Amino acid sequence: MEKLTLDSIDATTHLDQLEAEAIYIIREVAAECENPVMLYSIGKDSSVMLHLALKAFYPEKPPFPFLHIDTTWKFKEMIEFRDRKAKEFGIKMLVHSNQEGIEQGINPFDHGSAYTDIMKTQALKQGLDKYGFTAAFGGGRRDEEKSRAKERIFSFRNKNHAWDPKNQRPEMWKLFNTRINKGESIRVFPISNWTEKDIWQYIRRENIDIVPLYFAKERPVVNRDGQMIMVDDERMKLQPGEKIETAKMRFRTLGCYPLTGGAPSEADTLDAIIEETLGAVSSERTTRVIDQEEAGSMERRKREGYF
Amino acid sequence: MKSLLKFITCGSVDDGKSTLIGHMLYEAKLLFADQERALELDSRLGSRGGKIDYSLLLDGLLAEREQGITIDVAYRYFTTDHRSFIVADTPGHEEYTRNMAVGASFADLAVILVDATKGIITQTKRHTRICALMGIKHLVLAVNKMDLVDFDTDKFDAIKEEFSRITTEFQFESIQVIPVSATEGDNITTKSPNTPWYQGLALLPYLESVEVHASDDAKPFMMPIQRVCRPDHTFRGFQGQIEAGSIAVGDELITLPSHEKAKVKRILVTDQDRNSAHAGQPVTIQLDREVDVSRGCVFTKDNQLQEADSFSSTILWMDDSVLTPGKDVLVKVGTKVLPGTVTAIKHKIDINTGNTVTADQLVKNELAVCEISLSDGIVFDSFEKNKSIGGFILIDRVTNMTSACGVIDEALQSSDNSGRMDTEITRDVRAQQKGQQPLTIWLSGSVADNTAIAKAVERRLVARGYHTMLIDNSAGESVRQLAAYAALLNDAGLLALVPAGSANESDLAIAKEMIGQAFLPIEAAINSNLIEEAAKDIVKRVVKALIQDSYTI
Repeated sequence: MEKLTLDSIDATTHLDQLEAEAIYIIREVAAECENPVMLYSIGKDSSVMLHLALKAFYPEKPPFPFLHIDTTWKFKEMIEFRDRKAKEFGIKMLVHSNQEGIEQGINPFDHGSAYTDIMKTQALKQGLDKYGFTAAFGGGRRDEEKSRAKERIFSFRNKNHAWDPKNQRPEMWKLFNTRINKGESIRVFPISNWTEKDIWQYIRRENIDIVPLYFAKERPVVNRDGQMIMVDDERMKLQPGEKIETAKMRFRTLGCYPLTGGAPSEADTLDAIIEETLGAVSSERTTRVIDQEEAGSMERRKREGYF
Repeated sequence: MKSLLKFITCGSVDDGKSTLIGHMLYEAKLLFADQERALELDSRLGSRGGKIDYSLLLDGLLAEREQGITIDVAYRYFTTDHRSFIVADTPGHEEYTRNMAVGASFADLAVILVDATKGIITQTKRHTRICALMGIKHLVLAVNKMDLVDFDTDKFDAIKEEFSRITTEFQFESIQVIPVSATEGDNITTKSPNTPWYQGLALLPYLESVEVHASDDAKPFMMPIQRVCRPDHTFRGFQGQIEAGSIAVGDELITLPSHEKAKVKRILVTDQDRNSAHAGQPVTIQLDREVDVSRGCVFTKDNQLQEADSFSSTILWMDDSVLTPGKDVLVKVGTKVLPGTVTAIKHKIDINTGNTVTADQLVKNELAVCEISLSDGIVFDSFEKNKSIGGFILIDRVTNMTSACGVIDEALQSSDNSGRMDTEITRDVRAQQKGQQPLTIWLSGSVADNTAIAKAVERRLVARGYHTMLIDNSAGESVRQLAAYAALLNDAGLLALVPAGSANESDLAIAKEMIGQAFLPIEAAINSNLIEEAAKDIVKRVVKALIQDSYTI
């Protein structure tokens, strides 16, 4: 006989509702889609997504692989964390990089927005095409950016992985339509309705392990255009006048280290991070350099196939 | 802990819908500082000459900014000290009705805006109808631009009265009418001194306190199966979200459509063992025996659900193509997807007035009562009782577009009475005329053996004066098909002999369900040289069954 835990007479909280919604979506995709994959970016949203996938199918392992698009410019601690988690949970972790981009020496210092296109957008398309994935889970949230606020949970892509915001399928109740024609694919966003605060509260409630870079620590940084950029390895190119300083700081989002700005912080525990987030004066994506370029830049990028 | 309220706002561009939500977020200090900066920056470029244009917070897509209208649903998230909110801002134009329906299908409550200077207009009625169709039970009517009518209580009362007239045909559980000014901020977050005659709460405090979750826990247990979890041969669990009621370890449940009974052996709520689980929770349920259940099946406790393979429904057509009767579609109800056909358009419903209009085709954004037939039976419930298996979508089989959404109104003829006309000549009348009670002798074993035995049984029954009919099952008909034939023969007053072949428990359950009281299952696998012996034995049992039920012979 199994050991049963005592039930607490708990009212359903908003986190329970969000978790149930996400698990429902993840199960629907696993049941209806031919060849799904979960994109894994190693950030806190991905940690939550992985956690939800483990819970959704328990005691079975998630019946799909995970895919990390590696630009080769991620923080070292991220890669180490990725490999450790894959081993710990016994999941299949695929890693794809754009080899042509690597051979051409594409890097974030010299190639600006072309870098994002080649090493992220193109690499993602290559990775999905290589394995013939028909549905890809992403951790996008509608509170992150205005064009995402209008995207459906099931977002359809044509053969070129492009999104057509004017022709989105109606999404009624919980009756998700997962049918696609050959060559088309779906991006699925199970945590569309979560806010950054929900993510942090859920991480605390569920004791989810996240990359240490989220916690404040003394790190070597340079100040560039008002953002703290961490010097993660010797490839970091310093601009005239820049010098490496040590500062107690942390990251609110994680990406490629030369493009991810951190902020000074004393928050070295989850509670302190949540405290800081609740009182935050900047919404999350201000620290991602590309979003600030111009109004509508994200929508344009997505139409071209950015996740 | 805080609860979550999902609501939508509906109204047209001119009603100031986006402005209302934008202002609410702004006033409640729910904006991040950089969003606020961006808003002020954007406003400088816009038309309000430097004054903050709150609507810019919500209208995200470039096309919308250029056109100055809301064409798709935008979701916004905010939390106050009392509640978490998700608000979907939906477009008001009639040509975007389907987008509004998308927003409404997700919400528990709708804030409908009217312009106090114009009063209730056609689109107010349309929005109310769509909200009702999509299952929203709670409404707030925000009478906006009260500043432009000098906060006139008579104007407000007239609008309130008219709204109560147009909502009587629907079953809303609560309706609150609030006088507001979205641009100036009256009754948005705090009670306005300009409306001393208004007794209720301001909009935000009202949304923070309104109770919308009628307890789904109190309803009978119901769960559609999403998937079967089989990590290895030792574990088989059924995964899904409980949509109504609760379940505990040891409870007996009924599987549909296989109609088997089984006890709950173990409940996992996500990855945790629990003694019980309730509506809204994602679970994995293990049963104490093998059952014939796969994705699309439904668990229930006291079976009050319906089964049918055709139904009448109210649908909203959302596709650019034209719907004509005979259209082949895929139908998704709960977690079940199966082929179907729109067999008839009974009539259109004018989306603005609710009037019935005859029609032989439907175009985008039109509402109609349609009949739909399916390739197989489905388990469903009325939309009022169980949204999750009372609502459905239609998927185009070529383009894969979600072409329509709808709610099931009622079952048409069920799958077990096909081929029969309803007349005053009932089964009893026909049986009496033959001086016998109808019975289905359902023989299981091998079809060849069964057929040989059935022939012998029939000979003996006819010799005794019974009216019989033996069904030819050499082609291996489905259980449903055989049962439908048998039921039809019983309706004709006959004893039906069915050489059913090998039958598992779930097949027997289906046959019993369809045939009802006249069902007599007999295991009849025997050595071929004993056919006459077996037949004699079976005839005895048949006669006994007839007598036991005090049938007249």
